[in-house]
Amino acid sequence: MTFRKYLVLAGVAIFGSVGDSLLSRGMKEVGNISIHNLQAVFFAVRDPWIISGIFLLFAFFAAYVTALSWADLTYVLPATSIGYVLLALIAKFILHEQVTPGRWLGILLITAGVGFVAGGPALTHAHDHLAEHAEVASVGGES
Amino acid sequence: MKHAYTWGAIAVIVAASVTGDVLMSRAMKQVGDVGELWRKRGMLVVIGRVLRHPYFVLGILAMAVAFFSLLFGLSWGDVSLVAPATASLTFVGNAAAAKVLRHEHVDQRRWIAACLVACGVALLAA
Repeated sequence: MTFRKYLVLAGVAIFGSVGDSLLSRGMKEVGNISIHNLQAVFFAVRDPWIISGIFLLFAFFAAYVTALSWADLTYVLPATSIGYVLLALIAKFILHEQVTPGRWLGILLITAGVGFVAGGPALTHAHDHLAEHAEVASVGGES
Repeated sequence: MKHAYTWGAIAVIVAASVTGDVLMSRAMKQVGDVGELWRKRGMLVVIGRVLRHPYFVLGILAMAVAFFSLLFGLSWGDVSLVAPATASLTFVGNAAAAKVLRHEHVDQRRWIAACLVACGVALLAA
């Protein structure tokens, strides 16, 4: 794992949580969507908060697929769950949502999970790993 | 009733996300290390390879379902419940799916992480 790869994982955590917060802010502005008026969700994408949220979630997605190209799914997901702490802070201090002590404890437990995977190997299944190197080698050969 | 809608949305988001993540993981492993490809062939080649991969396209479709379900979920429930609950349940579902479908080595370390996250989710939902 290089510093650049840790930066990509940090990007997944930060862009994801800030993007979700912007979507939440926007959807509260749009209001409840009735089960009888489901198409209203498509009009929600015109809200500036929603547009900003979607923009950040694109950045999240780019960082996420980049991480998946060199790490296991079961490494990337817990390693980036530190974003939930950030999300809880945004929810409490910016969106003014009620974050109960139970939820804080839940968020702490999720974060503890990060510690268990972060020290382990990022990639464990050899088959795809070899396929990946074969792919890169063939690309190198072409150029 | 609103509570039932929120949890219904969470269930749909989790199912669609696990499908999307597994497809995406498979596609990206086949594409190869994006950083190395980028240095050797440039950004456009990387983007072209990724966007043309059939599993990537299917993964995007599954994630689109998850995204619109997330919009519904966020309009019915708090972000500090919906977002961590869906993503954490997705993680637990992914641990099982990655082991069975992607043959990832989900060792003791990763199962402990899964249990911690599962407990965290239970507390978030309480």
